[in-house]
Amino acid sequence: MNAPEATGRFEADEVDAWFGTKQVLRKVNLLIPERRITAVIGPSGCGKSTFIRCLNRMHELVPGARITGRIRLDGENIYAPEVDPVLLRRRVGMVFQKPNPFPTMSIRDNVLSGLRLTGALDRSRAEAIAEQALRGAALWDEVKDRLGEPGIGLSGGQQQRLCIARTLAVSPEVVLMDEPCSALDPIATARIEDLLSELKARYTIVIVTHNMQQAARVSDRTAFFLTGELIEVAETDTLFTSPTDRRTEDYITGKFG
Amino acid sequence: MQTSPKRHTDREYEAELQQVRERLLVMGGRVEEMIGNAVRAVGERDAGLARATIDLDHKVNRAEMEVDELCLRILARRQPMASDLRFLTLALKMVTDLERIGDLAVNICERAIDLRSETRLEGLDTLERMATVVQGMVRDAIDAFVHNDAERAQQVIDRDDEVDELYHVYFRDVLAVMVVGADNVERGVHVQSVAKWLERIGDHATNLAEIVIFMVKGKDVRHAGKLDP
Repeated sequence: MNAPEATGRFEADEVDAWFGTKQVLRKVNLLIPERRITAVIGPSGCGKSTFIRCLNRMHELVPGARITGRIRLDGENIYAPEVDPVLLRRRVGMVFQKPNPFPTMSIRDNVLSGLRLTGALDRSRAEAIAEQALRGAALWDEVKDRLGEPGIGLSGGQQQRLCIARTLAVSPEVVLMDEPCSALDPIATARIEDLLSELKARYTIVIVTHNMQQAARVSDRTAFFLTGELIEVAETDTLFTSPTDRRTEDYITGKFG
Repeated sequence: MQTSPKRHTDREYEAELQQVRERLLVMGGRVEEMIGNAVRAVGERDAGLARATIDLDHKVNRAEMEVDELCLRILARRQPMASDLRFLTLALKMVTDLERIGDLAVNICERAIDLRSETRLEGLDTLERMATVVQGMVRDAIDAFVHNDAERAQQVIDRDDEVDELYHVYFRDVLAVMVVGADNVERGVHVQSVAKWLERIGDHATNLAEIVIFMVKGKDVRHAGKLDP
């Protein structure tokens, strides 16, 4: 599935999703351009996290959850029977709300854990990948002298960058981020946001956030979801200054609910 | 076109935006009054009215600073979005136009004081007509702003042509009077300046109206078709 022209472009086409009998996404059509940052915003329960979990087939891991419609990554249907979800998740990594380094692992082993799950690594190659991933996550300078120490000993912001490094170590095309800064202080948040602008040169990034100012600061495009529907998607500058749909306007100006 | 009556969930924020709206309304009303008084002071050679009107300008200047401060505070504290963002950034621009209109009214009042012992030039009622039109333009631009009414704002823009036309006609009329007698020249130059300032007020009212259209529609109509490609 790793075609040389793979760039991390997603196309969602008429996507519906359910938890049991409860429908949480309705006819979502959304193009996520490669190597740009797309922010997904909307009130709690609007389906934004479910949507990005459909992009790396994590939604189906929940018992009773299902999805219909098509999602293509670089033109290929990610729900085709021949697609191995584990391999897909290497191409489409995810960073979660709460930093979740493996508590018993060192910083180095945390970074390499994804790779080790998929096969043996020789020592020198492992060191090179760990350094590259930690540099990519803007954490290398802070941890290079203590790679053998527990990952859990880092600050919250550093732990989140460690999780980003873990995601980058498997060379994904797409990085999905589900509220990656909501547990972080403003300085740690600024570091992650600064990092995002560097990462988009190499990766497609989709970030779910409750923080509209964050979406406005970091993203190129913004998609607004409401009760499972994609209401509006536009260039971020346009969406936050002159949205076209009244529901978007009401939400982002705080006239909602 | 009216916006939905929906209010902000945060009532304090709603009140802050309302405060900006009200301050602008008061400021607009004040400069409108200054225009009327200034032209009346010229016509009636009323130096007392001219001085009282010049004093009003301090309030306009103060209002400009207050609105600026309010807007900056809201921008910093609330990080407004969409129509709120347009409203606040445009309020910052509107106060500048309103303050300039106040200054132009002061200029007219100063001419009224210079002309206080001079007789009126005959047959030149156009100044009053110009004043009436530009006063209406300022009033309607402010009303359009307060009511998010792009149509009314467009009518303001359309009326600017009438002001320009009145100005050109008046300029030629005064020139003709000045050619007839050297005694008319000083008065003529003064009233031509007054007409020029009224014409400038019309331009500021047009700016205000263009701002309103952008605020309501999110569409910039300034310099329509007149920018380099």
